[in-house]
Amino acid sequence: MLYFIEQCLNGIQLGMLLFLLAAGLTLIFGIMDMVNLAHGSLYMIGAFFAATFAEWTGSFVAGAALALIATLLVGMVLEVVAIRRLYGHDHLDHVLGTFGLILFFNDLVRWIWGPAGMTLPLPSEMLTAVQVLPGVYYPAYRLVIIGATLVVALLLYVLVMRTRIGMLIRAGASNREMVGALGVNIKLLYTLVFGLGAALAGFAGLMQAPILTVQIGMGENILILAFVVIIIGGIGSIRGAFVAAIIVGLIDTIGRAFLPDLMRTFVSYSAGSSAGPALSSMMIYMLMAVVLVFRPEGLFPAAKR
Amino acid sequence: MMSSSMSRSVPWLTPRNTFVAALLVVLALLPVYCAIIGNTFLLSLFTRILILAMAAVSLNLIMGFGGMVSFGHAAYLGIGGYAFGILAKEGFTSGLIQWPVALLVCGLFALVVGALCLRTRGVYFIMITLAFAQMAYYIAIALDRYGGDDGMTIYKRSQFGDWVNLSNKTFFYYLCFALLLGIVYLVWRLVNSRFGMVIQGARSNERRMRAIGFPTFRYKLTCFVISGMICGLSGVLLANHTDFINPSVMSWIRSGDLMVMAVLGGMGTVFGPVIGAVAFLLLEEVLSRFTEFQGIILGPMLLAVALCARGGIDGILTGLRRG
Repeated sequence: MLYFIEQCLNGIQLGMLLFLLAAGLTLIFGIMDMVNLAHGSLYMIGAFFAATFAEWTGSFVAGAALALIATLLVGMVLEVVAIRRLYGHDHLDHVLGTFGLILFFNDLVRWIWGPAGMTLPLPSEMLTAVQVLPGVYYPAYRLVIIGATLVVALLLYVLVMRTRIGMLIRAGASNREMVGALGVNIKLLYTLVFGLGAALAGFAGLMQAPILTVQIGMGENILILAFVVIIIGGIGSIRGAFVAAIIVGLIDTIGRAFLPDLMRTFVSYSAGSSAGPALSSMMIYMLMAVVLVFRPEGLFPAAKR
Repeated sequence: MMSSSMSRSVPWLTPRNTFVAALLVVLALLPVYCAIIGNTFLLSLFTRILILAMAAVSLNLIMGFGGMVSFGHAAYLGIGGYAFGILAKEGFTSGLIQWPVALLVCGLFALVVGALCLRTRGVYFIMITLAFAQMAYYIAIALDRYGGDDGMTIYKRSQFGDWVNLSNKTFFYYLCFALLLGIVYLVWRLVNSRFGMVIQGARSNERRMRAIGFPTFRYKLTCFVISGMICGLSGVLLANHTDFINPSVMSWIRSGDLMVMAVLGGMGTVFGPVIGAVAFLLLEEVLSRFTEFQGIILGPMLLAVALCARGGIDGILTGLRRG
């Protein structure tokens, strides 16, 4: 039971991470109608920046803050130099162009930081385990991730629903020509939105950096999970991304932790050992397939344009 | 777009056709050249190019002609390869068993995935094909008995009796070349048939095709399955060529590579993907001679192709005649 609670927390933590990535993807898709595969690269860059700046400043928090700003800037520059030119092209061009950007960023990072990857050590006060429930200890840093992401999700909600910028963003999503005609600098707005998405991806990367090693291509597999999240949640819907991210995070983590054992108990020992891991890695894709059969537009389809 | 049908009304000696003919001659004579200078690396490289060209042709069938942008085509490379590898490991070394089973498995996977994916369109289709390919990738990693993450070496290539020896490099090259030509011919016949017209009609305006009375879903699904099986064949060849299979054959980067080949060569043309595969893989090879950071050059090039050259190389060659 204690193990179960711990795995649930792990699942929520993965879900939070997926939400940060999925929110940026879905925002960029919803507003610019742009498929951005290079999102995983921004995640990777955020982690590399955090590791580097933390080494320079000697402080995890300062490193993280600097990395966040740096990723935001990289995102905005990327938008102005490359992404902007892809708006209005069809989705295949987006896929190709941003696929090119992945190759570019992977080798650029390899060139700058070398092929070995980096580690980002945690400050000592975050290394302890906290008693979350009687008898249940959980690493403090993972709780920090969950908490920080919830704050970010709340800020994002306030930004999009309660501020003038958010109003313009939503207006831009529903009718970009009209917003442009009303005198809003739509190009600048798009650059800001892309930068925001990049910062969210970078934030996910830098938060995850101390848990995993910071390495080239680290954003590629998690990006696919983020895609699954936005398919389940409904492309363009931040609320859908949040709900789907938690569902996917929980199912993936709990499936991996318990399915092989369950199959050993209820089917047969050999079935659990051989097919268990394969089945548990299939679970979220099967969930996606089921969602598609019943709701092809996702659980929370964004409002029709 | 439809250069194959266009070229019927113009003289045959266009720059494009000359180029294609020259390329075919070079490909046909390459083993002779390799034998003379004694360079087996070149032969091996071009065998790989021919095999991946076949995969690119299969992707182009659904993407270029059918408008179904599949971002998970490498899955069929892997499934074909694994079907062959698993049978080989379990002692079924006859190609007469291995190849049909591999194609059948790929066809079934394509049937299931296609039936689900074709319920959606646009970006959803791109992402869902990608996600299912990723699922296949993780299943392969979980196959402990067959090497898991590390993959497995295949000790015996497919056996076709005494007089066919796939381990002979030159013979294997010509086999791949012949199969590629056969597949290109098949695709050419297919897209110019009634079936192909329905597929292309569904790409331009699916609602209209349905209104005329075509069950477009069935046509598109059939096309998807055919494409998956062709790609599965190239997967079997690829595993035979490398004597090895591992999950990274179906990583989504490989799916992207296939997509790049099809678009670079010229989407929606029968021979374009072959040109694209030759161009892309040679470029990769040449760049790797100069720098270990090919991506810094290759990446922006892909971006430029996406932005400026939708017709691909085939489009540029066709444009030469007009310009």
